[in-house]
Amino acid sequence: MDGEPIIRISGLGKNYLTAAGPVPALEDINLVIYPGEFVAIMGPSGSGKSTFMNLLGCLDVPSSGAYSLNGTNVRTLDKDQLARLRNGVIGFVFQGYNLLARVNLIDNVALPLIYAGVGKAERNRRAQEMLDKVGLGKYGASRPSQISGGQQQRVAIARALINRPRLILADEPTGNLDSRTSHEIMGLFTQLNRDEGITVILVTHEADIASFANRLVRFIDGHLAHDGAVEHESHGTLA
Amino acid sequence: MISAMLSEAWLSMGANRLRTFLTMLGMMIGVGAVILILAIGKGAQFLVDQSIASMGSNLFIVLSGSSTSGGIRMGLGATPTLTIGDAQAIAELPGISAVAPNAPGTAQLVYGSNNWSTQVIGTTPSYLDVRDWKLSAGYPFSDSDVRSATRVALLGQTVVKNLFGDEDPVGKTIRIKKSPYLVVGVLTMKGQSLDGRDQDDSVLIPVTTAQRKLFGSQFQGTVRLIMVQAASAQDMPAAERSMNQLLRQRHRLQEAAESDFTVRNLTALANTAAETTRVMSVMLGAIASISLLVGGIGIMNIMLVSVTERTREIGIRIAIGARQRDILLQFLLEAITISIVGCLVGVVLGIGGAVLVNEITQTAVVITMSSVVMAFMVAAAVGVFFGFYPARKAARMEPIEALRYQ
Repeated sequence: MDGEPIIRISGLGKNYLTAAGPVPALEDINLVIYPGEFVAIMGPSGSGKSTFMNLLGCLDVPSSGAYSLNGTNVRTLDKDQLARLRNGVIGFVFQGYNLLARVNLIDNVALPLIYAGVGKAERNRRAQEMLDKVGLGKYGASRPSQISGGQQQRVAIARALINRPRLILADEPTGNLDSRTSHEIMGLFTQLNRDEGITVILVTHEADIASFANRLVRFIDGHLAHDGAVEHESHGTLA
Repeated sequence: MISAMLSEAWLSMGANRLRTFLTMLGMMIGVGAVILILAIGKGAQFLVDQSIASMGSNLFIVLSGSSTSGGIRMGLGATPTLTIGDAQAIAELPGISAVAPNAPGTAQLVYGSNNWSTQVIGTTPSYLDVRDWKLSAGYPFSDSDVRSATRVALLGQTVVKNLFGDEDPVGKTIRIKKSPYLVVGVLTMKGQSLDGRDQDDSVLIPVTTAQRKLFGSQFQGTVRLIMVQAASAQDMPAAERSMNQLLRQRHRLQEAAESDFTVRNLTALANTAAETTRVMSVMLGAIASISLLVGGIGIMNIMLVSVTERTREIGIRIAIGARQRDILLQFLLEAITISIVGCLVGVVLGIGGAVLVNEITQTAVVITMSSVVMAFMVAAAVGVFFGFYPARKAARMEPIEALRYQ
């Protein structure tokens, strides 16, 4: 791996406050991810992988430890600075697509650019470009409810890509899709990772989805239990 | 960014048209009511101002006083104690611009086959200055007419209408109590006085003519009242004091004796009337603006519902980079848009209502630009004020919780 790491995490912990006192969700996580990696995060439910993704995505702040994203120490930033960082560095893809039902696909894809302060003409041009890229160029004027789940997830990926992020965080992006569509979506991620060098981190609980990645991180009970290369012999047999 | 947010605000309002309309209805009714009531209030004020202006400005009226004879006290004006000499003396005082003695009475007028009973006022030419009354035709009678007590008359518009119809009265001779009078001029239209009398239903003749020839036995060289105009509003208190002094001297009243005349400041009375109307219209406006407040609460209510419904959307926006102020601005703009659109419709309703009231009841209405602008500003302020809390609630959401919201 070359250059500065995009993610450097050391001694990271996260507690949730309950009536019985603080409950640790994550303890002493150490992880370094370099630009261009494709990382799958797995683990049973309650293992802390979603909490970890929220921390990675700067949607939540750690209770202890250090997290530096793209060379910035996240713990020193306030809410608005975090928003700026998310807008400029990270593209989010969610399990439930999370498109805005009221607005058409072009405006959905262009949404991050509104907050980046990009003008309308430029927003629309880039949104159309991104829709073309995910193969939905003709559907710009449609509403999310008029297209299929797989297509909606493609729109969500187009939205994630529009502000040219260095990192894509995908939380169970294929969780609501059938296996054929899932593999198409994963193909898209692989292509973005391979051709454009975008770092991709995704959470999944399906082994065949994880097998698209190069590196596998496994969480158990709030600890990082495994971190290593993906064994590729399973890929293809499950498809 | 504002334009993008405005179009989003428009979209989200359009997504729930009935709800948006009902929310706006509060603003429409509020703004409409304020504008309508202000228009009616201004109309009333306009009428009062007009009658004050028709009365003449900085005006005193000196009434001949009560007298006591054998323990029986007579009312004001019962005993004529004022004379033309008093009037002339008052005119010499500093700060006085015009003085007109007044000897009024009622008489029957005849012209051709028409007759009409009206108020005949014996006075001097300066009456026209005091009352700020112009002629629409002919010329006024002169001081020499007063000196020689000629039979000339100036007619009010109502008198002209009833005696002459469309005929030109100037140069014609009418009969007042059977004596012939030459009509030398016609007065302009004055309209109603503050107490609702028709000021145009009167005839002016020289005061001497009234005293000696028309109401002879009744007055014997005295006048009922003297109208006095001060040079300016600042001169009025001093003028009132010196008039009292002068008249007491002229009437040879002892130190302890009661005055046999009364000086009244008509302008102060009129201003009180104007003030009353003004207070009334402000009060009605205040009551109407309560409905604006209720409309604002309606907006707040719906915005709170909207923020809760759109929690997930807010979560998405925050996740992909919206800052707190972006979210705040978006919801604030939505509230302001609702209130301003509601207000625009309200302005139209209010103006329409005012025109309708004017058509149906013939009540004077005056729609001023300032009342429209004020209603508009208040509506915008209501939108900001009542939209702020829901918008802040939205802006302060935690992204993870908002995204998890179903």
